[in-house]
Amino acid sequence: MSQDLLKLSAAQAVSAIQAGDVSASELYDFYRRRASADEFNSYLSVDSDSTIAPAGGELAGVPIAIKDLFCMEGVETRAASKILNGYVPPYDSTVVAKLRAAGASFIGKTNMDEFAMGSSNENSAFGAVRNPWDPTRVPGGSSGGSAAAVAAGTAPWATGTDTGGSIRQPAALCGLVGLKPTYGAVSRFGMIAFASSLDQAGPITRDVADAALMLKHIHGKDASDSTSIGLPEDVVAPSAENLNGLKFGIPAPLDWGGVQTVVKAVFDASCKRIEAAGGEIVELPLPHADYALSAYYIIAPAEASANLARMDGVRFGQRADVSGGLTEMYETTRGEGFGPEVKRRIMLGTYALSSGYYDAYYGQAQKVRTKIVEDFKAAYETCDFIITPTSPSVAFGLGEKTDDPLQMYLSDYFTVPISLAGVPAISLPAGLATSDGSAVAEPGTEGALPVGLQIAAPHFAENKLLDAAHVFERETDFADGPWTWGS
Amino acid sequence: MSDATQYEPVIGLEIHIQLATNTKMFCGCRLEFGAEPNTLTCPVCLGHPGTLPVPNEQAVKFAIATGLALGCSIAPRSMFHRKNYFYPDLPKGYQISQFDIPICANGELSGVRIHRAHMEEDAAKNIHVGESGRIHGAGRTVVDYNRGGTPLVEIVTEPDIHSGAQAREWLQLLRATIKRLGVSDVNMEEGSLRCDANISIRPVGQKELGVKSELKNMNSFRFIERGIDAEIARQTALLNAGEKVEQETLHFDPSSGSLTSLRSKEEAHDYRYFPEPDLVPVAPSSELIDEIRASLPELPLQKAERYENDLGISAETSKFLAFNAEMGAYFEAVLAAAGDGADNKRIGDWVVGELVARIGADADPAESKVEPAAMARLVSLVGEKAVTNAGAKTVLDKLVESGGDPDAIVEAEGLAAMGDSDELAGIVDAALEANPKAVEDMKSGNMKAIGAVIGFVMKQTQGRADGGEVTKIVREKLGL
Ligand SMILES: [Zn+2]
Repeated sequence: MSQDLLKLSAAQAVSAIQAGDVSASELYDFYRRRASADEFNSYLSVDSDSTIAPAGGELAGVPIAIKDLFCMEGVETRAASKILNGYVPPYDSTVVAKLRAAGASFIGKTNMDEFAMGSSNENSAFGAVRNPWDPTRVPGGSSGGSAAAVAAGTAPWATGTDTGGSIRQPAALCGLVGLKPTYGAVSRFGMIAFASSLDQAGPITRDVADAALMLKHIHGKDASDSTSIGLPEDVVAPSAENLNGLKFGIPAPLDWGGVQTVVKAVFDASCKRIEAAGGEIVELPLPHADYALSAYYIIAPAEASANLARMDGVRFGQRADVSGGLTEMYETTRGEGFGPEVKRRIMLGTYALSSGYYDAYYGQAQKVRTKIVEDFKAAYETCDFIITPTSPSVAFGLGEKTDDPLQMYLSDYFTVPISLAGVPAISLPAGLATSDGSAVAEPGTEGALPVGLQIAAPHFAENKLLDAAHVFERETDFADGPWTWGS
Repeated sequence: MSDATQYEPVIGLEIHIQLATNTKMFCGCRLEFGAEPNTLTCPVCLGHPGTLPVPNEQAVKFAIATGLALGCSIAPRSMFHRKNYFYPDLPKGYQISQFDIPICANGELSGVRIHRAHMEEDAAKNIHVGESGRIHGAGRTVVDYNRGGTPLVEIVTEPDIHSGAQAREWLQLLRATIKRLGVSDVNMEEGSLRCDANISIRPVGQKELGVKSELKNMNSFRFIERGIDAEIARQTALLNAGEKVEQETLHFDPSSGSLTSLRSKEEAHDYRYFPEPDLVPVAPSSELIDEIRASLPELPLQKAERYENDLGISAETSKFLAFNAEMGAYFEAVLAAAGDGADNKRIGDWVVGELVARIGADADPAESKVEPAAMARLVSLVGEKAVTNAGAKTVLDKLVESGGDPDAIVEAEGLAAMGDSDELAGIVDAALEANPKAVEDMKSGNMKAIGAVIGFVMKQTQGRADGGEVTKIVREKLGL
C-alpha cells in the first residue's frame, strides 16, 4: 500500500482522494512520516501539528513541501539563515495563501542555500542537502531541499524559487521537472527577496502535469505585488500529442567548452527526440547571452545588498548581544548572522552601486540586460522555443566547488540568460549519465545521474511550454527516480 | 583695510510635506498624529522579510496636485529609487524615494523657481532615552513606527532667495498654497511641514555660488528667518576674517541663537541610489493630470490678485490675507457673513489692521472669540456710521476679550454714534465756546485749528461722535 502511495504523482493523488481510494489524512501522515525520517537534510522543519487542509479543495489536501524562502504565518521562516533565527512571520506569502486556499496541506519547510544564494545547497546555515541519487553529491541549488524532498519521495511535490536557475538546476540534478514562470506570473509577496527583478516562484515536481497543476493554483495578479501580472489565460493540463510545426532554436554559436561531454551527448539525443516527435531544430543567434553571467552577478548582488539591509537585528530575527552602540550592534549582528556567500554578494552589490562605480557596473549590466531582452524577442520571431542543457554538468560532489565561487557561478551558465530575459523556462529529465559522467547510461544503471533539458518559451506562453514539455516527457524513457526505488 | 566686501546671500530651500492621505505611502496602515506608539503598523511598513510596497494612488494624485499648483511639469513616467542607509527608524535599510526622474519638475512660485518635487516615504521616529538626546551616547533608543511610511512630497527650490525674511514670506505662501490644496495639514509643530535651507554667500556681482552649508530641521517660520540670518552673519564674518566656509550640515538652536555642526562633507553618505525593482514606473495619464488641474481650487497668488483687483484691497493687505492660510480663511468667512454689497476693502482693513493688532500675526483668528459674523457686523456698523471708528475699536477690544454680539456691546456700553442729533450740536456749541482761539484761527482760514474742537467733542462724548459730522456742524455754525 505505501509503495502505491509513493507512486502517485500529486495530480494522481488528488484524483485518488477525490475518488475515495485514498484518504487525505492517510496520505498526509505517510509523507509526514517520510519527511520526519528524511536522510538528505532536505527539511528545516516538518509540520508538527498535522494540519490537514479542510476537505473539498481542488488540491484535496494533497501534501506539499514549501521552500524556506516563503513566509508562512506562525511557522518559523529563516531562508536557511541564522540571522532569521526565531523569525515567525505574522502573515502568509501569496503563494502559500493560494495553495492553502486551494486545499493543499503543508508538510514542512525545505532547506535551501542561504537567502537563495548558491547552486549546490552547500550555503545553508543549517547544513548541506545531499542528492538522493547519490548522497555524496549536491542536489543543486538554491532550491536543493525542495528538489531532494521530491526526489527522495518525502514530498510529492514542492515549491521552489528561481532567480538565476534555482528551480531549474536542482530539478535537473535531481531528475525532476522544474518550472520557472514568466517574471510577473506569480506574486512575489511574502517570498523573502534575493534579487527582486529576477525572483520567481515555481513548482518542482515529478512530472509536467504536476507542474501545470501547481502553476494553475499559484499564478495570478496580486494587489500586494505591483510587479505581478498573472498569466493571460488559465493554465490547463498539458495534452499535446506531438510537436508538429514547432521550431526549437539552439543558440549558436553555443560555447560547449565548459560543458561535460555527456551533457552534450544527452542534449544531442534530446534534439533527435524532438525531431522524431515532429519538431524542427533550428539555430539562432543570441549574441549577448555570453555576457549574461557577468551582468547577472552585478544586478542580483546589487539588489540583494539592499534587500538584505532589513536584516539588522532591530525588529526581528537574531540580534547580537553587544555592549557598544548602534554601529557595533549592526556589524556584529550581520557579521554573525550571514554566511560567507551572502557576505560576498552583499559586498559585490554594495560596491557595484557605489558612487563612482555605478555607471561602470550596475549601469552597464542593465544595458546588457536590455540587449538580452531584445535578443530573445528577436529569437522568438523565428522559433517557438529555445533549448539548451539546463546545467553544464551532472550533480557534482559535495565540497567540490565550494572553494571556487567562479566555478560555482558557471553552473548557471544556461539558466541565467533566461532569467534576465524574464521568459518562462522548464527543466525536465532528458537522460542519464554514468556515475563518472563519462557516458550516457541506460535506465536502471547503478549510480546513474540525471541530465536535464531546458526549454524556454516567450513571455506568458506557459501553456504552450507545458504542452511541448509534456510531449518530450512522453518520448523520454525516464519515469523513474529514487522515489520509486522503495528506500 | 579697504571697505569690507559686500556679500549677497543665496538661499535654496528643501521642504518636506507629509501628505494627508488616509493611509501610508506603500501599505494600508491608517495615518494619525499622536496615536499610541506602534499601533499603526503592519508587516510592510515594519519592513518584514518578503513584504512589498504598493503605491498609494491618493498620494500620487496629491503629489501631482502639488506640482501643478507650483507650476511644475508632470513627468509622464517617473521612477522610484532606493536610497540606502542604515538607521533604526528606517525599517527596510532603504528609503523609497525618487531620484533622477521626479514626478514634478521645473516650476515657479512667486519668483522662486521650483527645481523639483518628488514623492518619498517618511522615516519612523527614534526616541532617545538618555541624557544627550542624540542616538550616540543615548542610554537607550526606542522606535515608534507609526510615522514610518507616511507619504511625503519633497519640494526643492532653486537658490532664488536672498534673505531670511524673504524665505519666511515665501514659505508662508507655499504653506498657504498647500493648505488650500488640502493635500497636507502643513503643521510645523506636528512635523507635517519641515524645512531645510542651503545657504551660501558670494560677493555682489559674482555669478558662481559660494560654498554652502545646510541648515536642518527648523520648526517654525520665525526660527527659519532667524536661523538663516544667523548663518549669513556667520559666513560673512568668516569671509571677512579671511577664512573659508566649510561645507557642512548645521543645527540652529533658537533658544541660544547658536549654530552647531551635525556633520561635515567628509562624513556625507553614499546612498547608492538604484531603481526600486519592486515598483513599476508612475505613469499618470494625461486625462488624470487634466482632471486634477481642472479641480485645483483658487490658490493664494490668484486670491491675492482677486482681492487687489476686484475688492480694491491694497496689494500689501491682499498678500497678507491670501498668503496666510488661516487669516485668508477667516477673511473669506467674514466676507461670506457680510454678504453682497458689503465694503470688502473696509473688512480687509479691519481684519488686517485692527484684529491682527490685537491677536498677533501668527495667531489663527478662527480660534479667537471674534466670530466672523460679529466681525462682519462690526465693520458694517462702522460703514453705517452707527459707531465711530474709535467706538468700533472699543467694541473689538470687547469681542477679542470675551466674544459676543457687536450690537449688544454698542448698546451696553453706550457706544452708538451720535450722528447729527441736537445733542451733538449742543456739545459742539460748548466746544466752540471753550476754544475761542481755535474759532479765531479757523475764521482766519486755518482749518487745522478744528483739531482742538474735535478733541473737546470726543472727550465729552467718549468717542461716540463722528469726526466728519462734527466738522460739518462747525462749518455750518461758523459759516465757513
Ligand atoms: Zn503598514
